[in-house]
Amino acid sequence: MSKDPDLSINIGKLKLHNPLVLASGVLGTSASLLYRAARSGAGAVTAKSCGPEARAGHPNPVMVEWEGGLLNAIGLTNPGAKEEVALLKETKRQLAATGIPLFASIFAGTPEEFGLVAGIIAEADPDLIEVNISCPNVRGDFGTPFAADEHSAALVTRAVKEAVGITPIAVKLAPNVPNIGRIAAAVVNAGADAITAINTMPGMVIDAEACQPVLTNRTGGISGPALKPIALRCVAEIAKTVDVPIIGTGGVITGMDAIEMILAGAKAVGVGSAYWYRGPEAFRLIIEEMKAFMIDHDIQSLEDIRGKAVRR
Amino acid sequence: MKADFFTVKIKRTVKLNHRTIWVEMNQTLDAQPGQFVMAWLPGVGERPFSIAGSAPLCLLVVDVGPFSQAIHQLKPGDTLWIKGPLGHGFSLLGDAAILAGGGYGAAPLWPLAQLALSQGMNVQVCLGARSKADLLLCDAFEEIGCELTLATEDGSAGETGLVTGVVEKILKSKKIDGLYACGPTGMLTALASLAKTYNFPYQLSWEALMRCGMGLCGSCEVPQTCDPALPPGWLACFDGPVFRYP
Ligand SMILES: Cc1cc2nc3c(=O)[nH]c(=O)nc-3n(C[C@H](O)[C@H](O)[C@H](O)COP(=O)(O)OP(=O)(O)OC[C@H]3O[C@@H](n4cnc5c(N)ncnc54)[C@H](O)[C@@H]3O)c2cc1C
Ligand SMILES: Cc1cc2nc3c(=O)[nH]c(=O)nc-3n(C[C@H](O)[C@H](O)[C@H](O)COP(=O)(O)O)c2cc1C
Ligand code: FES
Repeated sequence: MSKDPDLSINIGKLKLHNPLVLASGVLGTSASLLYRAARSGAGAVTAKSCGPEARAGHPNPVMVEWEGGLLNAIGLTNPGAKEEVALLKETKRQLAATGIPLFASIFAGTPEEFGLVAGIIAEADPDLIEVNISCPNVRGDFGTPFAADEHSAALVTRAVKEAVGITPIAVKLAPNVPNIGRIAAAVVNAGADAITAINTMPGMVIDAEACQPVLTNRTGGISGPALKPIALRCVAEIAKTVDVPIIGTGGVITGMDAIEMILAGAKAVGVGSAYWYRGPEAFRLIIEEMKAFMIDHDIQSLEDIRGKAVRR
Repeated sequence: MKADFFTVKIKRTVKLNHRTIWVEMNQTLDAQPGQFVMAWLPGVGERPFSIAGSAPLCLLVVDVGPFSQAIHQLKPGDTLWIKGPLGHGFSLLGDAAILAGGGYGAAPLWPLAQLALSQGMNVQVCLGARSKADLLLCDAFEEIGCELTLATEDGSAGETGLVTGVVEKILKSKKIDGLYACGPTGMLTALASLAKTYNFPYQLSWEALMRCGMGLCGSCEVPQTCDPALPPGWLACFDGPVFRYP
């Protein structure tokens, strides 16, 4: 086969030259880091989640590796929505020549506050706003994640949708819910244009010598390889229930992982922890591996295999 | 590389000056000069430190706040939790090196000087501090055969002024193949522009607020305002701490 396989995808009207999206919270804290990720091969980049006010985050240790993956409790460090607008505008300026879309990410404590933050962030005109209703690391500050309950998830979605006008929104879901399909249906009915699944899975790493959890926050969010089977199941569930584009996220380290995510029904593929496992060339490596698999299996476009593994 | 913690025991601590100790552990850590570790004391916190010796693992710790103070309290036999080695260190070039350290910036230069001498290189060390009492490892560098030049801001030892001044004099007068430095940001910014003026290859070990230490959280980005030669989005913990130019 000689033709280069087509990796481009659409999320609504947005065109991505490849399906890899830099996941929120990884390298998304400045225009230069987002630009770097874009230049290193991402199809789109997501900024770190921002909330109504600046937050310093949790004290160290905030991250540790264990046998199956990573555990982090950064604690939603961010400069606050107003500062974030400047960061996003500068990022857009830097990305303009690349044509690579910029996604913003927001969080807040109440549906009203979500609407407020979304309204402020929309001023920066990001290509999409991701609504993080699922961070596991700030429970003390923000109560149970909205992602755990379909009614509050829908309330948040509606508030954001009303605040942002035509900017498309993706709602980011949590894996640790009894029925993720039901949450997905609720946010899509409330106006979500896409779904990002999943955020990290709550977990704890204990150091026996220290006789205490390693992270200062005690618990954290599991990402990396251990998250992949959990994410694949969630994506398959969501794809079965709703028809909006899914940004399948969790444990994608190799091109094969990305292909699996698409086979589960994802349109795009979030990539975060791979930066640690594969280094700064992560995006390029994953793309090359995806292409090699597609050539090997005579697959012309990702649309040909989307959801194929879980269709019955 | 796996970024989980392992325990080491303190073998001994040595007082280096009024607020600095040398901490020697009971085991080795395979590392390059310039790499760093995250040290964790449960219940106290976790902070980055240069690897000041790898066989056995040694750290040089200045008492500047709660964490470093807690390290100063440790006794032989006490446990310290270590994640690392992390990041990328120095790599030696040519026959003649100039090593410049400001404050505890001397820490990663110590194993680098030893390595350079063992490769038969000529090693010129320039150390700077506020005052004589704050200088670190002067005798040690001299004893192993480095040429030593000092600078203090108050003139209590060596030349009066900044370490950049003595480095410039040497760069003008000698054949040097590379400049290696670690110290406060302002010093490194000045050295970077100095090295460019005199067209010297340089390797600078930058500092920044480290949180994840794994190249993910973005906290330790060193902006191009520090050195225009840095690529955009350069992370001290992951791409550095040592930046090599060209
Ligand atoms: C790559 C690297 C290598 C270092 N090597 C050494 C060394 O060899 N010897 C040494 O004494 N110190 C070293 N430091 C600095 C050391 O990490 C700080 O002195 C230490 O964190 C202070 O913690 P504290 O609780 O005692 O003081 P704090 O009161 O918490 O902080 C005092 C100052 O230390 C710095 N600091 C605090 N937290 C961090 C952090 N997470 N990351 C970076 N800097 C921080 C800030 O400048 C702060 O103002 C290094 C820092 C970096 C980034
Ligand atoms: C260090 C770190 C910080 C993160 N911060 C955020 C965040 O601010 N907002 C968010 O929605 N997700 C955040 N996440 C979750 C990721 O976006 C992603 O959902 C998760 O890590 C799973 O993907 P991965 O296995 O590819 O890392 C963070 C993850 C990591 C590792
Ligand atoms: S400390 Fe997190 S990226 Fe460097």
